Amino acid sequence: MLLQRIENIGELTLYYLHDLGRMGLFLLRTLRGGVQQPFRFRAMLRQIREIGANSMGVIFFTAAFTGMVLGLQGYYTLRKFGSEGMLGSAVSLSLLREMGPVLTALMVTGRAGSAMCAEVGIMRNSEQIDALECMAIDPFRYLLMPKFLATMISLPLLTMVFNVVGIFGGYLAGVKLLGVNPGAFFNGMEQSVVNKDIIMGLVKSLVFGLLIVWICTGRGYFVHQIRGAGYGAEAVSRVTTQAVVISSISILLWDYILTAILL
Amino acid sequence: MSEDPIIQLREVVKTFGTQRVLDRVNLDIYPGRTTVIAGGSGQGKSVTLKLILGLMKPDSGSILVHGRDITTMNRREMNEIRSHFGVLFQGSALLDSLSVFDNVALPLQERTTLGREQIRKKVLATLIQLGLIGHEEKFPAQLSGGMKKRVGLARALQLQPEIMLFDEPTTGLDPEKTMEIYRLFHETQGKFGYTAIIVSHDIPKVFNLADQVVVLNRGKLVTFDNPEDIQLSQIPEIQAFVKATMGHLYLSSDLE
Repeated sequence: MLLQRIENIGELTLYYLHDLGRMGLFLLRTLRGGVQQPFRFRAMLRQIREIGANSMGVIFFTAAFTGMVLGLQGYYTLRKFGSEGMLGSAVSLSLLREMGPVLTALMVTGRAGSAMCAEVGIMRNSEQIDALECMAIDPFRYLLMPKFLATMISLPLLTMVFNVVGIFGGYLAGVKLLGVNPGAFFNGMEQSVVNKDIIMGLVKSLVFGLLIVWICTGRGYFVHQIRGAGYGAEAVSRVTTQAVVISSISILLWDYILTAILL
Repeated sequence: MSEDPIIQLREVVKTFGTQRVLDRVNLDIYPGRTTVIAGGSGQGKSVTLKLILGLMKPDSGSILVHGRDITTMNRREMNEIRSHFGVLFQGSALLDSLSVFDNVALPLQERTTLGREQIRKKVLATLIQLGLIGHEEKFPAQLSGGMKKRVGLARALQLQPEIMLFDEPTTGLDPEKTMEIYRLFHETQGKFGYTAIIVSHDIPKVFNLADQVVVLNRGKLVTFDNPEDIQLSQIPEIQAFVKATMGHLYLSSDLE
């Protein structure tokens, strides 16, 4: 009984180590695909439209309400200390450093990451990836690299949009609804936000972009080899859920690590 | 056989979990000939095809293409070998996001230096030959099963492969479409002169096309140089397979 348990733990450990190695090689091969010719510029633009432009609605909506909630919460907290004038500073710093990159990444994971995982998984199951390999076309260059580049380009841009809309949401709630002085709101923001805050947000969004596209396409690519995923449509569905969960957890984990390093 | 085999499997073993799907399998495939790989479900027919294509590695043994062992090759060498192959997959494996035209043009766009106009002419010529003209703007989801197979065949033939592999080419097709696929196979092989490897359940129709039949049974492979010989086999499992797929009338005892 005990030996059986130890054996199971050992087997599971080996499986996860193997999976980690497989995902590591997957990332290296995809990055290598970026320097191989011909470069698929049009495919990358299509992916930017799919991952970036088509996510704008979700980002606008989430950013506006996040900013408004921050404005509302911030106002009532700061009022206790008579510091309502610091609302602009609180809203902008929260968004630029944390909320902007993290929430944008979580939204893109749910909207575009899941779609990428399902698309690649279906292509694997219907032998489309095998067909590419049989035609001596590298699937890493042809299929995955445009998605990698598009995500890495889109995420920082979406994060910036999130920040701007979020600050406007905070302004709306704080200044227009609760009567904070607009001059104090913008002055506080100008006084407290430095380049380092903006850079921190952008570095985070780049890292999150890499995590999302790596995990989501990688899970789809190995859909046939993932333990307990099953087969066919069921496997794609399970692996897509798994990709979204792993991506979301990784984003929060790396947010802490990056904050600790960059602060 | 005077010519050297174009593909050789030597003592190939492939295991999945505890199941040994291929057990020290040996097979020679000769240029210009048609080899049919037959056998019941789960006997390793498609695995054999994937091993030849380098999509899987055997546990042991070697697979030689033009005398070169593909099991030890790196990706670049394997891609060079794959440029000799054309494959028609069971589900056609057309790229969903590309139109019929773009699917057929894909190998030319990615593997040759031909200009856009040359590619267009070449693709249109193939589409005309395979009766696909008028459908070039459609997407795979808008095509019938038979049409998908024809597009898959058109794509596979674009680089004029030396070896064509067919994985269950008629599965899911009605008898009329099945005959159409075999007619196209016959026509295109006559034109391009490729070596064909066909994995098929469609027994005995596919035997009419075969120069050699190999039957996979419990990981072992039995080769018949003449398709008729399969009916005379004394191996009980092969007799059972013949009975199940060809009916009583084809059994050796009935023939006698």
